[in-house]
Amino acid sequence: MTRKQRRAAFIAIGLAILALAVGLVLYAMRDNIVFFHSPSDVVEREVAPGQRIRLGGLVEAGSVETLADGAARFAVTDMVETIRVSYRGILPDLFREGQGVVAEGVMLEDGSFAADTVLAKHDETYMPPEVVDALKRTGNWQGEGAEASHAETYGQGAYP
Amino acid sequence: MIIEIGHFALVLALAVAVAQMVAPMLGAHRRDATLMNIAGPAALLQFALVLLAFAALTWAFLVSDFSLKLAYDNSHSAKPLIYKISGVWGNHEGSMVLWVLILALFGAMVALFGDNLPATLRARVLSVQASIAVAFLLFVVFTSNPFERLDPAPFEGTGLNPLLQDRALAFHPPWLYAGYVGYSMTFSFAVAALLEGRVDASWARWVRPWALAAWLSLTIGIAMGSWWAYYTLGWGGFWFWDPVENASLMPWIVGTALLHSAIVAEKRGALKSWTLLLAIVAFSLSLLGTFLVRSGVLTSVHAFAVDPERGIFILGILIFFVGGSLALYAWRAPLLKTDGIFAPVSREGALLVNNLLLAAATAAVFFGTLYPLLLDALDGPKITVGPTFFNLTFAPIFIVLLVLVPFGPLLGWKRADIQAAAERLMAAAGIAFVAMLVAYGFMWDGPWLAPLGMALAVWLVAGAASEIAYRIKLFSAPLAESLGRVRRLPRAAWGMALAHGGLGIAVAGIVGVTAWRAETIVALAPGESAELAGYTLTLEAVGMRDGPNFEATTGIVRIDRGERFVARLMPEKRRFPAERQEKTEAGIHTNLLSDIYVVLGDVAGEGKWVVRAYRNALAPWIWIGGMIMALGGAISLTDRRLRVGAPVNAKIHAGARPAAAE
Repeated sequence: MTRKQRRAAFIAIGLAILALAVGLVLYAMRDNIVFFHSPSDVVEREVAPGQRIRLGGLVEAGSVETLADGAARFAVTDMVETIRVSYRGILPDLFREGQGVVAEGVMLEDGSFAADTVLAKHDETYMPPEVVDALKRTGNWQGEGAEASHAETYGQGAYP
Repeated sequence: MIIEIGHFALVLALAVAVAQMVAPMLGAHRRDATLMNIAGPAALLQFALVLLAFAALTWAFLVSDFSLKLAYDNSHSAKPLIYKISGVWGNHEGSMVLWVLILALFGAMVALFGDNLPATLRARVLSVQASIAVAFLLFVVFTSNPFERLDPAPFEGTGLNPLLQDRALAFHPPWLYAGYVGYSMTFSFAVAALLEGRVDASWARWVRPWALAAWLSLTIGIAMGSWWAYYTLGWGGFWFWDPVENASLMPWIVGTALLHSAIVAEKRGALKSWTLLLAIVAFSLSLLGTFLVRSGVLTSVHAFAVDPERGIFILGILIFFVGGSLALYAWRAPLLKTDGIFAPVSREGALLVNNLLLAAATAAVFFGTLYPLLLDALDGPKITVGPTFFNLTFAPIFIVLLVLVPFGPLLGWKRADIQAAAERLMAAAGIAFVAMLVAYGFMWDGPWLAPLGMALAVWLVAGAASEIAYRIKLFSAPLAESLGRVRRLPRAAWGMALAHGGLGIAVAGIVGVTAWRAETIVALAPGESAELAGYTLTLEAVGMRDGPNFEATTGIVRIDRGERFVARLMPEKRRFPAERQEKTEAGIHTNLLSDIYVVLGDVAGEGKWVVRAYRNALAPWIWIGGMIMALGGAISLTDRRLRVGAPVNAKIHAGARPAAAE
């Protein structure tokens, strides 16, 4: 092989790998992006059943029940709309009524939400930033103090 | 008083670092030995001062001096000793002091062991290293002062986040930082080389131990973090493709590439500017990780404090070092002459392909991690890129790489015979094929890709073994000769085989956990049982117990396999009154082939508890593999050709090295 051919071979290998990476990223981008929605967004935009989303808001007070088979039910609200959520799994430590939560899963035909991951915060005052934004948009934001917090952690589906 | 001494020492360290940054650089420029000689003692002094500051902080935590705000915020007198110590870095300010301490430690090591470096290179390396120290010391002193006092001093501290009160996590930050900061050393070497305008084989040889040390620390740090996530977060996952994890993975992948390209630069004098670029990128990604984690851009257990001023400061550091070094690279790199010519099918070619694939994998992770943040910053929609994205991008690229790994070491330098290499790997391929059939036989109802994954894992291990077998002429020479060759085999060869084999074992663990997990979730009253993958889980009792600084609801779960008793597990829910938080502690039984993993959940009415259980096949292999990889790195590090010696010795080794030993 001449020097030129060698160089051409390396450039070809490089381009092939680049094309592989770009192709994979574009393919994965098509339907593996999960959008964040508040309950109001879900209702307004009519999220299609089966589409994977993140649903964020407050856990409605008095809505949490643990069924005999170990499944959990609760409702996520942004004070305007409320979505019922079912979840099979152990709720994160300090998942509490009246506090912020992010659930990931799919909408069902009946307008309820089936979560496979529940992210909740571990601190009295912390609220996921997405939830803060959603509450601000619906005019239900209670005050700035809640943002300034520290040492929060997510539980199940945690952010290690 | 001790606190004030610590504070003073830290400020003094900043002053010393400024001197260490300016004088040797000027000296190297003017060829002034006096100025250059300041570098060594300054590096040692800087390390001593930062160590003093760190010791003062640790002392305040140990004696529970709550007049120190940091101790008040992050400690509690009832906390076990080990968590009093780890509390020092279990917060933003303290962890930045640890960062600077490790930075100074690496500088001090160059000062101590770098006698064989040319004087100007050594002076420039230490100067660049000091400039990083100056930036981070400024950051600590002006935005994250750990020595702030409280008056009057509170009686009791508020405690440490319970999730951080954990044995593996206590030492996860020091290892991770040693890795992150270790790449500052290769970065300093790269920038110094660009300033010198010269990169030769000896440069690559000096850089390699630092790249290796950083890589092995980062490997241990990442493995510890993922192990912690596995047993603490209560759902048996080991990697979540969370941005914070990705932030540590990216420098690791680029660092792995650097490790391999430095070999080419050393042995063949090729890929020099590429190696420099990797050294710059590895540290840039470490800085990016620090920025993402410390700035509050990401919300996670690592984002101790959300303070925009700090974020902007670190962003400034990031832009200065990344931008500055890349600009320097663009200006100076074209001046470097490359002399090694090689054919596409050769050891160099294989290492180049390895590097390209690793770079592509990094790019995929980089895109998936930063795109959502960028979109959010531009007020676009809030999106998440979940594990599926990474499984579809990172995984295929990495699989291609893993298939090629065993070929690399069997190819000769310059020009190689791919057919000969393939013949030597026939046995490994056969073993991998059998492993696939066996895996399919046992797990025929699992995902069809999983047996292929197992074959890949076995291919890596058997490939590493084949390489050693080839080098010691196993079966092709008399046994005595083979044994003699075993003794003469350089440690670097064992290190490489272990690292590649460990990778295979980790791959097997990842495949096992991902594909063959059995899971159940049930509500049990004491005395009731559930079935899981052939095991019977009986909730025998649920009771309360008191720990040193928590109270726990403990479940006693008996595991049986048919008639045979296997283990009794005690999953817990711990409440930490001081921190007013809860923490789940999973009960795990392992037989090294698989884990039984039990989590105790909430009360489910009528005296029942929710119990979630997993059978995680091959789970322990993930971390065993990781540790074997790190061990391989450590063994390579002790190879005589990397051992730092006098310059004369290095030259003799370089000249007298028998070709066969390479």
